[in-house]
Amino acid sequence: MQITRKVEFSASHLCYHPDLSEEQNRAIYGPASNKNGHGHNYILEVTLDGAPDPVTGMIVDLKEVKDVLNREVVDIMDHRFLNYEVPPFDKVIPTVENLAIDIWKRLDGHFQGAARLKNVRVFETEDLFVDYSGQ
Amino acid sequence: MRLTRRYRFSASHRLYADSLTETENRAIFGKCANPFGHGHDYTLEVSVRGPLDENTGRVVDLDLLDGLVRRTILDPMEHSNLNVDIGEFQGELVPTTENLAIVVRDRIADGWTPVFEASAFPHVALDKIRIEETKRNIFEVSGL
Repeated sequence: MQITRKVEFSASHLCYHPDLSEEQNRAIYGPASNKNGHGHNYILEVTLDGAPDPVTGMIVDLKEVKDVLNREVVDIMDHRFLNYEVPPFDKVIPTVENLAIDIWKRLDGHFQGAARLKNVRVFETEDLFVDYSGQ
Repeated sequence: MRLTRRYRFSASHRLYADSLTETENRAIFGKCANPFGHGHDYTLEVSVRGPLDENTGRVVDLDLLDGLVRRTILDPMEHSNLNVDIGEFQGELVPTTENLAIVVRDRIADGWTPVFEASAFPHVALDKIRIEETKRNIFEVSGL
């Protein structure tokens, strides 16, 4: 059985590859390559996999999940400029793909008990999202 | 890694099989069999999967994906009458959203290779098509 917890954070970023020209960056990243940056209301959906505990009827204590998500992701990224304030995005381009991978790495290891990390879904906008499950 | 892009289009359709009687059509399709058709604001989700390009941090060129979906789906279907305007539904095929999902999948799949094989993402593949006919009726079909 799977359970999904959703949190939101707002952050700014820009997607610009330093080895490429202005035109190439514009072709790959579109308006996201604006060097002054821009922002999104990101939505993060974290899915855990496990069986309900026979006594509590719960897969996991959702309060604990919420605390982990806040501590490992929201507190670090909310109202930040990802490129300047949240490593590794000083070196790694903060596309939504890379953001999902980074969030997976931050959360992996915190859910090793009855509920295991199954999938990370990051919405950059309502119309664009990425799923990452460790590969 | 899987990336999903969401699009919207509005179209009308009528669900009616010529091979069935009026009564049978009414029993199977209900209000959807009304002679003059009706419309929906469809939400289309196109999911692609592929390896991350480490250099750019992307799995697909979104402009190419948007262009393919626009050409094959949105331009022909936006504000169309599916039964009349869309070739696949001009014959026996009833434009249920099950069939629409398959038609959308096949159109995108048919255009896929020429668009992506020469791009920076030659290994990206069509993973899934998901269409919301209404908020309550949702249909999914796997990529080819």
